[in-house]
Order: sequence, then structure tokens, then C-alpha cells
Amino acid sequence: MASKRPEHQGPPDIFYNEEEARKYSQNTHIIDVQTKLSERAIELLNLPDEESCLVLDVGCGSGLSGEVLTDLGHQWVGLDISSSMLDVAQEREVEGDLVLGDIGYGMPFRAGAFDGAISISALQWLCQADKNYHNPIKRLYKFFSTLYSCLARGARAVLQFYPETPNQVDMITQQAMKAGFTGGLVVDYPNSTRAKKMFLCLFAGGQVQELPTGLTGEEGNEGVRTQARYDTERQRYRHHRGKSLKKSRTWILEKKDRWRNKGRDVRPDSKYTARRRPKPF
Amino acid sequence: MLTSNILKGVKKGFPLKINAVKIENVSVDYNPDFITRILQRIEYDALRGAVIDLGLNESLPETISETIQQDETFLKTMHKILLEYEIEEGELICPETGRKFPISKGIPNMLLQETEIS
Repeated sequence: MASKRPEHQGPPDIFYNEEEARKYSQNTHIIDVQTKLSERAIELLNLPDEESCLVLDVGCGSGLSGEVLTDLGHQWVGLDISSSMLDVAQEREVEGDLVLGDIGYGMPFRAGAFDGAISISALQWLCQADKNYHNPIKRLYKFFSTLYSCLARGARAVLQFYPETPNQVDMITQQAMKAGFTGGLVVDYPNSTRAKKMFLCLFAGGQVQELPTGLTGEEGNEGVRTQARYDTERQRYRHHRGKSLKKSRTWILEKKDRWRNKGRDVRPDSKYTARRRPKPF
Repeated sequence: MLTSNILKGVKKGFPLKINAVKIENVSVDYNPDFITRILQRIEYDALRGAVIDLGLNESLPETISETIQQDETFLKTMHKILLEYEIEEGELICPETGRKFPISKGIPNMLLQETEIS
């Protein structure tokens, strides 16, 4: 499986070379994840019903997210820094118009051009300083301020990204606000490390809009039928949290339960659970 | 050609002049509502200028009035120009700086050099 933080390996136009671009676009898991993220982002975009809109796809890559836009009847323009990824998009004959560019240089588009903007898994790349003259904060500000201008009044931008640290989240949100956007973060499944997804949901002027709420349904528990059971479990945790001594048997049993709720594979509890093991030889 | 009407250069850089070496025709589903809405957003003069520059066989009126925006033939022509003409090879030239942005395989290259970033 690829390294956890590809942006540490190098800039995106180098990381997404021809080979990587092809691998990425043929990996069914990636396609599945990106499609779901795109659908959720477009949902948060709250475009007018039944209308075909012009949407900007920031970091469109090989066009996976763009295809979701096309399926929903919208026109789109995609911007990406990797020519290899854009080549794959062309091979896949995506309907959107593709532009090769660096979002850190600013959006090369006229004011008020777009009805909305989405970005799937691209923003974290902007936080790296890939060249010695790069200043991530300046680049972020340039990106957000030009994004703001090229959106129509009242349009939204929904940017899904993978933040490395809370500090990075702050840095990104700050520059967005500085650029004039209102809105904020929408987090889906905040309690699950695996399912947690962050969307920066921004409004470009217009009337005051309400920030959408994140999804909180327990993932991996589609098999569990009753709501009630989940609730009582929750109660127990609230009662114990902060009171169980770490590494004690009760703490271990609780942790195993938490992992089970996340849908992870956990050994059944027995009289041997949390038994003190003999010291190694 | 819709994108070429939206793209701009570094500072004010609009409209970008189009020099086309190769133009292709694709087929796109016609959606009159989309065309009507997008008409409000495009820079009509720039588009008309580009159509003339490229020598496309489409005649566009000098100005658009309220009535012509309802005209089906006009909308169909706009649809053709905006969504069905694709510039495969060529370049976009910034009116401000004269900087040329190459278009290759239908993709304009808007990457800037270190010296061009403000």
C-alpha cells in the first residue's frame, strides 16, 4: 500500500508521474473512495436542484471526481498540476475541460465564473513547500483569494482534504477566512480514525448560510440493528471515561469494546483477557 | 471554448487571444437552460472576437438583446461554440504581457515561472 503521506515524498507533479497516475486511476479501492468523497462534497455544495451548473474541480487529477459531476448533469472545468494525471483524464474521455496549472499560483479564471467549486484530496499538497521559493501560507492565501474571486456571489466551495496535524487545519482555515470566505469545517464520522473525513465548506459572500452538519452514524455497524444497544454502550463509556486506570483489565475490556464498535477484528473476551503474562526470557 | 472565455492571465490578463493550430469538433448534449444561464456569465464580446479570430464558420450578432437570448437558433449556435468546439493545439496570448500559454492536446498550460509569481 502506498506511503501514508505521499506529499512527503515530493511535489504532486513529480509524485503523480505516468506510472503512478495509471496505478491511481485503475485502483478500484481508490476509485470507490474518491467517488464517495465526490458525491458527499457535491451534496455539501448545495447546488440548486434540477439545474446544470458550472463547477470548478480543484486538483481534478484523472477526472474521477469530475465524472461524478458529469453524471449529475453539470459542466466542469478541472485544474491540476500533474500532466500525467490530466493525460489519464483525457484517455478516459472525461466531459470536463482540463487546465494544467498550480493552484498555489492562483486560479487563472475570471471573476464570478463558477457556480461552485469542489476539491477532493488535493489541498494537503498545498501545505508543503516543494520549491525553495515556496511559502505555503502565501500560496494558501493566493489560492483562497483567487478562488473567492472566481466564484459567483453566494457560491460555495467544498474542499475535502487529509490534514496531517491540527495545526495544518488551522493554517488552512485561517487563510480561507482571511481571503473573505465564511463557513467552516464539516467532519464526517469524527470518532473513527478510519472513516473520518474532513470537508472545508466555504461560502463566497451572498446571504448568510448555515454550515451543514457532519455525518455521525456508526460506520461498520450496518449489521447492528438496534439503536438502543448502541446508546447503552455509550452511556457506560461516559461513566467510565477518565476513571479506569490505564492498562487495567477494565480498561482493556473497554478498549476491546470500542474497537468492536468500530467494526475491527477483536478476540472474544475470556478469563485470560488482560492476564499478566510472564516476563520474557 | 467556454473555458477559453473564463481563463485569464496573471493580473488582469483578459481576454486571452486564441491562436489555434488545430480545432476539433465534439458532440455534447444540448441543454438550453444551461446555455441561457451561462450567457449571463460569459464575456460576449471576447467570445465573438475569438470566433472571428479563429475563422469559425459561425455568424454572431454584434450585441445580444433580451429577445435573442430566447431564440432557439441563437442558443444552439452558442451551445456549439461554447461546448462543441475544442482547441486541440495552439496558444493563448495574454493581452497585458504578451505571455503565451501553450495549448497541447486540448489542455492549456497555465504554469508560471518563478519570476512571474507576484
